[in-house]
Amino acid sequence: MGWNGNCVHTGKKIRFCLKTEKGLWVMKHIAIGILGAATLGFMASAASATTLDTVKAKGFIQCGVSTGLAGFSAPDDKGDWQGIDADFCRAVAAAVFGDGTKVKFTPLSAKERFTALQSGEVDILSRNTTWTINRDTALGLNFIGTTYYDGQGFMINAKKLPGVNSALQLSGAAVCVQSGTTTELNLADYFKANKMEYNPVVFEKLEEVNAAYDAGRCDVYTTDQSGLYGIRLTLGSPADHVVLPEIISKEPLGPAVRQGDDQWYHIVKWTYFALLDAEELGITKANVDEMKNSASPEIKRVLGQEADTKIGTDLGVSNDWVVNIVKAVGNYGEMFDRNVGSGSPLKIARGINALWTKGGLQYAPPIR
Amino acid sequence: MASQEVLREESSRASFINDPKIRSLFFQTLVVIVLFGSVWWIVQNVIDNLQRLHIASGFGFLRGRAGFDISDTPIAYTSDSTYGRAIVVGLINTIIVAVAGIITATIIGFVIGIGRLSQNWLIQKICTVYVEIFRNIPPLLVIFFWYSGVLAVLPAPRDSYHLPFGSFLNQRGFYFPRPVWGEGSWLIVVALLVGIAMAWFVARTARQRQMATGQQFPVLWTSVALIIGLPLLAYVLSGFPLSFDLPKQSTFNLTGGFQVKPEFLSLYLALSCYTAAFIAEIVRAGIRGVSKGQTEAAAALGLRSGSILRLVVVPQAMRIVIPPLTSQYLNLTKNSSLAIAIGYPDLTATAGTVLNQTGQAVEGVLIMMIAYLILSLVTSAVMNVVNARMALVER
Repeated sequence: MGWNGNCVHTGKKIRFCLKTEKGLWVMKHIAIGILGAATLGFMASAASATTLDTVKAKGFIQCGVSTGLAGFSAPDDKGDWQGIDADFCRAVAAAVFGDGTKVKFTPLSAKERFTALQSGEVDILSRNTTWTINRDTALGLNFIGTTYYDGQGFMINAKKLPGVNSALQLSGAAVCVQSGTTTELNLADYFKANKMEYNPVVFEKLEEVNAAYDAGRCDVYTTDQSGLYGIRLTLGSPADHVVLPEIISKEPLGPAVRQGDDQWYHIVKWTYFALLDAEELGITKANVDEMKNSASPEIKRVLGQEADTKIGTDLGVSNDWVVNIVKAVGNYGEMFDRNVGSGSPLKIARGINALWTKGGLQYAPPIR
Repeated sequence: MASQEVLREESSRASFINDPKIRSLFFQTLVVIVLFGSVWWIVQNVIDNLQRLHIASGFGFLRGRAGFDISDTPIAYTSDSTYGRAIVVGLINTIIVAVAGIITATIIGFVIGIGRLSQNWLIQKICTVYVEIFRNIPPLLVIFFWYSGVLAVLPAPRDSYHLPFGSFLNQRGFYFPRPVWGEGSWLIVVALLVGIAMAWFVARTARQRQMATGQQFPVLWTSVALIIGLPLLAYVLSGFPLSFDLPKQSTFNLTGGFQVKPEFLSLYLALSCYTAAFIAEIVRAGIRGVSKGQTEAAAALGLRSGSILRLVVVPQAMRIVIPPLTSQYLNLTKNSSLAIAIGYPDLTATAGTVLNQTGQAVEGVLIMMIAYLILSLVTSAVMNVVNARMALVER
């Protein structure tokens, strides 16, 4: 009873007091005890091997994706996961196994995603997740880069609200938003900064938000702009809805891995860079085999055709890893067009997601 | 007895292993060691894993700025408030829906339970159907039924249903005028309190008089007149200080007035209807548990059937009803965590958001568990006091 000194005494009884340092310490340890069994208590054995070894031993990559966001990760009519995030996991599988199909997908809600990655339930979190400092530090994750530069926007039903053409006219509106996202935080900041009132209607799952917006429970839907275009297609009458021009935040979306395994971090990170470098060098799914005999030393090096090359094996994969990646999903540009760009129903322009050589932000260090 | 003790002493002299005292001590020690050993192992394992995964831990995050908004805030809360306050807002929302649900479920439950024992064939069947429907559907579906099936199909704010007294009903909820207390309105509150005190006094005097003389007094109507009449008189005397803020149409929604959101409404209605089915069965069992002789004796004394129920049957049935009723109240409180499915910001929803924004999973879940535990223990404690007062006092 050594920590009674700081506690409130009422009459003869000593009340339990949470404010003391030691009290908190005790609470924390009780907490850890109770939850340990469920979350982290039985993880020790799985974590001792490296992620690459475990992945190779089980023969596939477990990939955390969204519960269904068109263009990023959503099951098609055959039940296969499609989208830029799903394809990224296929690219990693191609690099590791030489086979892009060795992926299993785990649909995760916004709330479940980080715990799933931390606890080892998934090997990669490729789920339209915004890169922030808090997630990189306090949450114990490592983001590998930005596979899609996005920003948060607003969508309204133009038929029901004919006069509204700017987010600054939204004061007093009911806004549908998914809980536990950066979207929810940006929304609060934006309305506060512009001295506007709003009424948050918050749901845990994307489908619940979609249904509530479609039913008219709220006036405005807010999420990343790419997401708004995807969601608009799933609504009852897509033509009635408009995305307002304002972008209120930076949302760099990218895959993340656990901290503390540099090898796995590098494999995932350089898979992303390889996709970009392939596009920059003009290597496509169609021409990758001819490109192996290219006269350019740079292309030969990237495709592992240089004599005695150790680029792939140093990374922990085979030397023809880039060939495998491009054969499985194409280069970054092909992946973009197929899932969200001109070749998809979303028809999103490359914009800032173009390569740096074409005025965009996508830039990869050289493979050498 | 004496011979057994002699036997036991002899056996202990014969062997340690056969001594029941030593044996029981040994096994109890063993259980304690195994229990604490495994707890210690799990605690160590979690601490190691959290450190290895570089996940921050501790309760310091509760003082951080929350940054998100909550739709129903019974206490002052903005996105500048702390995470801790966000969790408290959620806890209060849970308490509000639990208390409102418990009151309504008890009323519906008693009505339906007594209705099932009615002599009237139609009432009896209707009550049976009610119990069988709501008892056999999962509570989550009942919540969805109210949310998507009843409240979501109401008209949009522009075409709201106009109800009496300036109230509106639409898919954004139920709007009614909010009283604005003007100068001198404290007189109304004082009058209300005086009215309640006088009603209590009248009831006491009437009971004493009935005990002494056998004459009855219309307590109910006098009380109603006092509790409503006195504040009304104060309202007139103080010069009509009370005005009403009426809901009005604006660009997006109705503004002004008081809004009850569909999330709260559907959760509250669903929990009330669902739990009421169980309470009805408990009440029926309680009434059935009162011996038929009691009813017959009361009837022989010349009491009418209403009085028999109120004065003889229900007081005795309550002794049987209260303990299982406590379990239903606890169930209702815990079922309120299903609110997350329809976006009502209860404890599970707000603490879940905090958990996700901060990544403090272990601490977040622990806070939720402790909060629900405390709520349940308080409910049990209150019901135990009620039970002790209702228990049969033997003379």
